[in-house]
Amino acid sequence: MLAILTDIDLEVMPGEAVAVVGASGSGKSTLLGLLAGLDTPSAGSIRIDGAELFDLDEDGRAALRARLLGFVFQSFQLLPALNALENVSLPLELAERGDAEPAARAMLERVGLGERLTHYPKTLSGGEQQRVALARAFVQQPKLLLADEPTGNLDAATGEGIIDLLFRLNAENGTTLLLVTHDEMLARRCNRLVRLSAGRIVNGATA
Amino acid sequence: MTRKATLPLRMLARDWRAGELRVLAAALVIAVASVTSVAFFADRVRQALVRDAHQLLGGDLLLVADEPWPDNIRDEIAKRRLRQAEATWFISMARHGDVAHLSGIKAVSSNYPLRGRMRIADAPNAADRPTEHGPDPGTVWLDERLFSLLNLKVGESIELGDARLKVAAVLTLEPDRGASFFNLAPRVMMSLADVPATGLVQTGSRVYYYLVAAGEAEAINALGEWLKPRLGRGQRLESLENARPAARATIERAEQFIGLTALLAVILAAVAIALSTRRFTRRHLDGYAVMRCLGATQRRLVSLFAWEFAVLGILASALGCALGFAVQAGLEYWLGRLFVVPLPAPTIRPALQGFGTGIVILLGFAVPPLLQLKNVPALRVIRRDAGPAKQGALVAYGIGLAAFAGLIFWQAGSAKLAGYVLGGFLVALVVSGALGYFLIQMIAKLGARARASWHYGLASLRRRSVANTVQVSGLALGLTAILLLTFTRGDLLEAWRAKTPPDAPNRFILNIQPDQRVPLAEFFAAEHLPPPVTYPMVRGRLMAINDRAVNAETYEDQRTKRLVEREFNLSFMEDLPAHNSVSVGRWFQPQDLARGALSVEEGIAKRLNIGVGDTLTWSVAGREFTAPVTNLRKLNWDSMRVNFFVITTPNLLDDRPTSYLTSFYLPGGAHEAMNRLIGRFSNLTVVDMSAILNQVLRIVDQVVNAVQIVFLFALAAGVLVLYSALLATQDERLQEAAVMRALGAARAQIAKAQQAEFLALGLIAGMLASISAFSIGYVLADRVFNFPYAFSSWIWVAGPILGLACVSFNAWMGARAALNHPPMLALREAA
Repeated sequence: MLAILTDIDLEVMPGEAVAVVGASGSGKSTLLGLLAGLDTPSAGSIRIDGAELFDLDEDGRAALRARLLGFVFQSFQLLPALNALENVSLPLELAERGDAEPAARAMLERVGLGERLTHYPKTLSGGEQQRVALARAFVQQPKLLLADEPTGNLDAATGEGIIDLLFRLNAENGTTLLLVTHDEMLARRCNRLVRLSAGRIVNGATA
Repeated sequence: MTRKATLPLRMLARDWRAGELRVLAAALVIAVASVTSVAFFADRVRQALVRDAHQLLGGDLLLVADEPWPDNIRDEIAKRRLRQAEATWFISMARHGDVAHLSGIKAVSSNYPLRGRMRIADAPNAADRPTEHGPDPGTVWLDERLFSLLNLKVGESIELGDARLKVAAVLTLEPDRGASFFNLAPRVMMSLADVPATGLVQTGSRVYYYLVAAGEAEAINALGEWLKPRLGRGQRLESLENARPAARATIERAEQFIGLTALLAVILAAVAIALSTRRFTRRHLDGYAVMRCLGATQRRLVSLFAWEFAVLGILASALGCALGFAVQAGLEYWLGRLFVVPLPAPTIRPALQGFGTGIVILLGFAVPPLLQLKNVPALRVIRRDAGPAKQGALVAYGIGLAAFAGLIFWQAGSAKLAGYVLGGFLVALVVSGALGYFLIQMIAKLGARARASWHYGLASLRRRSVANTVQVSGLALGLTAILLLTFTRGDLLEAWRAKTPPDAPNRFILNIQPDQRVPLAEFFAAEHLPPPVTYPMVRGRLMAINDRAVNAETYEDQRTKRLVEREFNLSFMEDLPAHNSVSVGRWFQPQDLARGALSVEEGIAKRLNIGVGDTLTWSVAGREFTAPVTNLRKLNWDSMRVNFFVITTPNLLDDRPTSYLTSFYLPGGAHEAMNRLIGRFSNLTVVDMSAILNQVLRIVDQVVNAVQIVFLFALAAGVLVLYSALLATQDERLQEAAVMRALGAARAQIAKAQQAEFLALGLIAGMLASISAFSIGYVLADRVFNFPYAFSSWIWVAGPILGLACVSFNAWMGARAALNHPPMLALREAA
């Protein structure tokens, strides 16, 4: 069996912003998948907000994600059949919240897309799509935001704008941030930098 | 409504807006509409057939006696609030001047018949019209041939016994006459009020008295039950089983034809649904994974999609039912004219049947691909290679297919037909899949030597071989449907029409004596008619089956009881008549001819429970003989030729009193020849079958028109299959073209690569379609409808050409889309 991550011991405090950096294949994405409970480790444990992640079943982890986690992906992962407002409403609708639409509308105003509510992903620029994705992540008011190469598909200027927005929203909401990137500039804006190499943490394991 | 309950509706609205569900919904609507319209119509036709069979009786219940019916029976009918009418039938000479002719006189009450309508015309060969009542007192209506036999015109008078009655009209259609030889003499129809004046009905005269009742089915049944124990000697009840076999066979075949077409539409729609759900699923893999990330549990998502599809299924099925109802009104327009009075109102059952069909196809063909969503790892949002669905849907497909098979059996109404359809469909799928896969590999291999862009295109054939096999099979199926509905349909319908050709025999000549056969042939030659084929006929009574005596009590069924009570018309011959075929056993062999053997029509054999190997004992002119049955025959009732239920080898009957009969086609203007025939051979009876024949031909024509309407459904479903098959690989092609352009490929290069791939796919699909359309047509003609199938060789050209045309058009459209799609956008969408 091939070990992708070995001897990972990582603790992230509430409100902290942690960047995980490393070369391609260093295990960054695998770590993110594990933290989100999307994947299960062959050994080891993860605790989020006091809950032992892998003591929960699949549905339990889904419920935990709904309650605590927000996601931002490199490829935005907006649903193409849904317009901006519907994309942002979706997590609230899935959580059966009655105020899904007004909350989503307000969130899109905050990311500066108040005029683009009914636009579909394919008619939005990359930067705008990522802002919709940010709105979708923050509309749930997550305690922990997991971001996977959030600027990977964007040019430098747009990427910078997105990062500014990400950190602003993070600060406003007091969210804990765990950000996977290979962009050192972006990583340096975080409180802490964890470097992965060949599946091991080479520095930054503890605050 | 709570937020929870409305989310599936919102998802449905969003997916609908995005165009994800349109093909699926259209396929569902078509399937349901086609099943519903056919079921609605078949339901009404079935009701009408029963009712029209009543027309053959002139009412719902027919009482026949050789003595006048006593008043207490009439009072009983009246007491039960049923309508009643009367008729009296006897044979007498009708005279006009010096000429007289033996006629069947039918004297009717003015309200006769209670079911169906007679038709009359103002002069021979003039247009006829329906009439609401029988002839007025003092007048008669005559069969057309009596006008020439008696040298008579409308307005002149005839003498019947002591009465002199004015000829008021030509009687062109008498729905309750039936085809029984009983009524062969030309008809004189008169008013019941005039009978006493003729003085013809006296004690000892051979007269039949008919009493007809009509009304609610329940009251009729009750009356029948009341009457049965009270029937005396010479009294009997007639029920409705005497429908003319020719018309009945035609209508039954029409129902089969229409039903089969509806089935085809359902199958095609199911394939379109499976293909479009497959695409829906693939396009929703990412969205599903995202929703899992957003915290939706798997159960929640499955229930969301299940509700979304359930609502879609219900809406589309309801729409299909409504459309089906509208279309059956169109069918009624074409086919309703077959029936003398308007079709009965439809019942609710067909709508339920259509609705059930919609739900079953949706469950069978949309749920299995949807269930694949369940297996999508949420990790896919981060790592695409976390993969598509695991193949866990086989069980679901199995259940779906089983439900679908049940549906087909239910729809087809016959296990044989359903077996052919279902078996044919599965064989076609497997064969076209296997053959398609093989051809794709072959062509790809050949393509390895081609020039660069062709090489690339043909190579991608193989690279995507599974997706391409699905696509080719889908395309082939859609094309097969289109070929079937154009070429094969035309061939089948022609073959069907040819079964009752316009020159089918329209006259029978009975009672030909052995020594008249030669002079009759000479007469035909002199009149430029084709030489008559005469068949010997001997009357005989069935005495025993396997030495066990046969009588009416042996059988439950009324018709069988009557059958064994009467004498059979037997014939004898060495060779099988051309319009008969042996269905069980072997036609008479030399040893049979030496020893003596019997051939029995399969329908009557079934009725009397006779099989090959049984021995039958017959009594002919007081002498008995016993012989084994060596074969069962199938008759072509549509041929209008002379048919016999029982044929013996010549040695058994050729020394018995024999008369001959023949059937032939008399061209429209040759009526005079028949008068000369009767003048020369006064003992012959000529029966004019043209009215019945015309009715059969009209039925076929109208049925053909109705079938076309249902064909449109199947055609639409076929087009949907084509469309969804073409869409199946579109997303992938878009992305690939973008990658190639990003890598610097010229538009022409990409276009050529895609053309190469599409041309190959089109050619393969077209060839497969030709093969399946040909095979299906052959099986249908040979096994199901029992008529010879004349193959149109165009089908072999049309298939590949159609395949190429269709795929090329799509390639051109698709390539344009791929080339006009900014590569960045395609790459971004695919990222």
